[in-house]
Amino acid sequence: MRAIVNISLKQGVLDPQGQAIQNSLSNLGFNNCNNVRTGKQIILDFQDNDEEQVFKETEKMCETLLVNTVIENYDIEIIKEI
Amino acid sequence: MRSGVAIFPGSNCDRDIVVAIKKITPKAPLKLWHKDTEFPNLDLIVIPGGFSFGDYLRCGALAARSPIIRNIKNHVSRGGSLLGICNGFQILIETGILPGSLIRNKNLLFTCKETILEIQNTIKSPFTEGFQIGEQIKIPVAHNEGNYFAPKPLLDELNNEGRIAFKYVKGSDFDNKVAYNPNGSSNDIAGILSPNGKVLGMMPHPERAINSLHGGTDGLRFLTKCIEHIVG
Repeated sequence: MRAIVNISLKQGVLDPQGQAIQNSLSNLGFNNCNNVRTGKQIILDFQDNDEEQVFKETEKMCETLLVNTVIENYDIEIIKEI
Repeated sequence: MRSGVAIFPGSNCDRDIVVAIKKITPKAPLKLWHKDTEFPNLDLIVIPGGFSFGDYLRCGALAARSPIIRNIKNHVSRGGSLLGICNGFQILIETGILPGSLIRNKNLLFTCKETILEIQNTIKSPFTEGFQIGEQIKIPVAHNEGNYFAPKPLLDELNNEGRIAFKYVKGSDFDNKVAYNPNGSSNDIAGILSPNGKVLGMMPHPERAINSLHGGTDGLRFLTKCIEHIVG
């Protein structure tokens, strides 16, 4: 079973990387996009096949290490068949 | 004074701070490895700068979950002094010993420049006691994620409780070698204190200004005063 953690910066937290990407996009002529935010994805594979258990454990991992909850939001996606 | 320097894989200012402390006090600091869980009670622990665990995941995130951190937390609850410099500050934030967050520099540049710090009106703290309010010291920074970020209520709390140790200012000594707020940090914050004043996290590197060949000795002056007041 696989858990995918998507981490994004909270609204209002400065994302200079996103701004730099947006600048480059606009230099390339992509003027329709007026905001870019970056994030990261962490993929975790588990032996366990108990969806609830895997979700709970991943959530605990997010809160203790994977995510800085001061500035980041996250969501967890469970994939049963890898 | 009994002191120790916590060393993680990727720390790279550990030797510099050891040299600085040896210049000030005859007793050499203990070098503490990140897996050490047994060491004598100390008066001061320094978490030095560098790139602990290669800055993987987030700066300081993995170091903050190392075995030694439990002992460092015990040291703090015993009332011991703790200084985190640069990556050490990032580690203290990740452990939750100090609040807020250190995010990417606003200009996206790794900035290695001198800065002028102004001592703020703080709660009683060995790290600021030796200075007049408004006194300025010139200390270099070298970092990529030093932009102190906190929600407004926390910034107000730090301000009202006198827990902002120093701010970046333009200062009388300002020239093109000096950067003013090099990372875009909220309220020009360069360093913050814990509620009891015994823990300081700072982005600038005092151990890189301890010899006239470094271009200045304000770092030595700063560390000397800190150690004097830690010893009491």
